[in-house]
Amino acid sequence: MPEAPALAAAHVSFTYGGERLVLDDVSAGVARGSIVGLLGPNGSGKTTLLRLLAGTRTPLRGEIAIEGVPVRSLSRRELARRIAVVPQETHSAFDFTAIEIVLMGRYAHLGPFELEGPDDMAIAREALAATGTAALARRRFATLSGGEKQRVVIASALAQASDVLLLDEPTASLDLGFQLEIASVLARLNQERGVTMVVSTHDLNLAASLCSALVLLKEGRVLAEGATGDVLTASNIRSLYGVDADVAVHPRTGRVTVVPVGRVH
Amino acid sequence: MAASTDVRRRLAVTILVFGAATAIVCLLAPVVGSTPIRLSRVFDRTVPFADNVDAQVFFIARLPRVVAAALVGGALSVAGVVFQALLRNPLASPDTLGVSAGATLGAMVAITFHLDLAAFGIPAVPLASFIGSAGALGIVYAMAVARRRGTSSTVLLLAGVALTAFLGAIVRFVQVIADFTDTFRSVRWMMGSLDVASYAPIAAALVPMAAAFIVLGALPRVLDLISMGDEAAEARGVDVRRAERAALVSASLATGAAVSLGGPIPFVGIVVPHIVRLLVGADHRLVLPASALFGASFVVVCDLVARTAFGAVELPVGTVTAVIGGPFFLWLLYRHVA
Repeated sequence: MPEAPALAAAHVSFTYGGERLVLDDVSAGVARGSIVGLLGPNGSGKTTLLRLLAGTRTPLRGEIAIEGVPVRSLSRRELARRIAVVPQETHSAFDFTAIEIVLMGRYAHLGPFELEGPDDMAIAREALAATGTAALARRRFATLSGGEKQRVVIASALAQASDVLLLDEPTASLDLGFQLEIASVLARLNQERGVTMVVSTHDLNLAASLCSALVLLKEGRVLAEGATGDVLTASNIRSLYGVDADVAVHPRTGRVTVVPVGRVH
Repeated sequence: MAASTDVRRRLAVTILVFGAATAIVCLLAPVVGSTPIRLSRVFDRTVPFADNVDAQVFFIARLPRVVAAALVGGALSVAGVVFQALLRNPLASPDTLGVSAGATLGAMVAITFHLDLAAFGIPAVPLASFIGSAGALGIVYAMAVARRRGTSSTVLLLAGVALTAFLGAIVRFVQVIADFTDTFRSVRWMMGSLDVASYAPIAAALVPMAAAFIVLGALPRVLDLISMGDEAAEARGVDVRRAERAALVSASLATGAAVSLGGPIPFVGIVVPHIVRLLVGADHRLVLPASALFGASFVVVCDLVARTAFGAVELPVGTVTAVIGGPFFLWLLYRHVA
């Protein structure tokens, strides 16, 4: 019997209320140690699927399992020790410093009256170092740039010491330089620490360079799923976004590159 | 570097510094007044208490009022911290959300109609004020839940303003239909007055306050996480709904108890948490205890000013906190908008 995937959705449906199913019979698996990209147009259910995988929403039908264990059998704390989430954007209502934000990741590992000790501090510092933000530890979160904030939030998720990281459009609000920076941080964390990741994104080239497998979502259903090279094809892009695109291996990077040519009418 | 035990060290320093300051303020405040007394004579063990006039003035005439001021200040400040964190809005407080107004209405009704509804060892006035604050909070909470579906926190604060005006109108209606002596008593009470002459009302308010403080004592880390967003908090392992309910009930319990003891003393719940954050940072494990202690000192000092600044004429403590808090709130609003 093959070992259970790090994360698996089996025939999952979901609605926020009302007739329309946001997710309709979605099945997908995430192999341990892989980076899986979640692609699809706006409203296709990417964020919702991430919420179900994180256990912050419960599916209407079907089941989510982490390492073969059903997510709904786990408490919030147990779940947080297995899966961490990086939201698209993080705002802080109060003036927390970067290290304070990272230490919040230790919540699920501490008792209700327990304060972080030297071990937690060491984990937080290591997480900052792993995301290249050690120098920002004492800076106020609100004063950081978009890319710095996102890296600090990733560090906070790392401090949670989970095996799986879910990222919702981690580069959406960042400029080109920061996009590449976040991508390289994620790739390094995956290679060096074996962190399994699910990344939703609109950036097809980021997905092509970062993800070993892709899940394409269209109107709440899985359009295609599989190895990036097999799934990221001109015909899939056409049916997913209604866009005519050239997909080719770029001569300088050696990676699959997508060039959108125009909208299909 | 001492950073390895950062939070522990900072918490110890915070409690030590704020605790010492509060102790000093509470010890010195009863010394000031129309009858001059001296601390050395107050604590002079060689004179029996029955013959020690200084000790009698200190412990019987003045200390109850100081203790009441300290409790009211601590409770309102802690409630302010909780509301600001849960609503992720630095302008939230028992005053701006209508929770104080709800407590006021409850207490007014109990005073005016001489209600007799003690329960769980809590007398009528604190109980009615808790029911009032919880009722107002229920409305605010419904708005907060709606907020998750996209209503802005500005809407929530406007709802608080509307609720305060609405409840204020009902309070005035109750005053109009009440008889004259009750009206005079309630008008005075409504300005926020700590004219507490015995330990009995303090003991009555202490029960709900202690319950609230104990529950909130387990929640500061949860407040940190919720202040970063509900979904982010859940993903970090917080049961947000449960924590939110516990925190809101506790904060309204604390507000109700404070209002029943000292009337609706304005602006404490917004001024204190802000000053404290400037001093200790954003971590609620520091902000919560520091606000309780600083809030206690703040109201004790304001009350000291209220009862001594104009000689024989004693101001309600609410006027003093309003004179300080009003401009502070406007400055805060300006900074928030700008």
